[in-house]
Amino acid sequence: MAEIQDRITKIIVDRLGVDEEEVKNESSFKEDLGADSLDVVELVMELEDEFDMEISDEDAEKIATVGDVVNYINNQQ
Amino acid sequence: MLTGKNALVTGASRGIGRAIALELAKQGASVAVNYSGSEEKARKVVEEIQQNGGTAFAIQADVSSSDSVSAMIKEVTTTFGSLDILVNNAGITRDNLLMRMKEEEWDAVINTNLKGVFNCTKAVTRPMMKQRSGRIINIASIVGVSGNPGQANYVAAKAGVIGLTKTTAKELSSRGITVNAVAPGFIETDMTDTLDTNVKDEMLKQIPLARLGRPEDIAAAVKFLASDESGYITGQTLHIDGGMVM
Repeated sequence: MAEIQDRITKIIVDRLGVDEEEVKNESSFKEDLGADSLDVVELVMELEDEFDMEISDEDAEKIATVGDVVNYINNQQ
Repeated sequence: MLTGKNALVTGASRGIGRAIALELAKQGASVAVNYSGSEEKARKVVEEIQQNGGTAFAIQADVSSSDSVSAMIKEVTTTFGSLDILVNNAGITRDNLLMRMKEEEWDAVINTNLKGVFNCTKAVTRPMMKQRSGRIINIASIVGVSGNPGQANYVAAKAGVIGLTKTTAKELSSRGITVNAVAPGFIETDMTDTLDTNVKDEMLKQIPLARLGRPEDIAAAVKFLASDESGYITGQTLHIDGGMVM
């Protein structure tokens, strides 16, 4: 579990250029981490590559916070 | 000018697409020559490029099918390792007066000429966004700006391509991808060969430069828009029509 969380955090830090401390489960990508819609799409692309999975457009639209991503990936693994 | 770049040209077996493929290859780009039905002609384009020392391969795909397009983009990016230039050129005509136009004629043209551009553009955004660079060049038509009797489907599709060009340009500009359209006027190709002499003469009267365009006239503009030199141009539609529509 922790390992998945770390990998997700690293991707978010790299992609959005934020500090690791800012990446909390309750952080909203758009409101807290300064991401725009395209950033979120790119993030989903990276997650797909990192975890070798496909995230459907329907599921991707529901992703708003870091916690959403962590839960989604954990449920899929 | 384009050495080291990888390009995909849709509908490249003949006409304007063929001229674009040849020109990009001449400038040093590796070119994927897409075709839908004309395999033999596509092969000849590839051979011509190879004989001139260029790199090319032919790839079949129906651009109106998203599955077919996904498979094509996957193969092109796998073969080349990256994709820098997409030229959305594939197009068909099913001319008829609006009152006589069948639903099938409308759908066929919209699906290939407009949805085809959407399918290909969507499929290349992923690799292009990742590499933070890319050139997308859409072949529209001057009639998409001016309108043209007997071509409601074609004109609607081409006007749609111009709108799609602007939107895609705005969405992808922050990732280093430029998107522009070229709007050819009356160009000598198989597509315009079928028009009768009266129609051609009438059109010639409306062209200030008083001649038909050549596929090479279009290819020259596409070469520029595909190059690094056009880096500050995006969302534009360049009319190449001998001054027909200003």
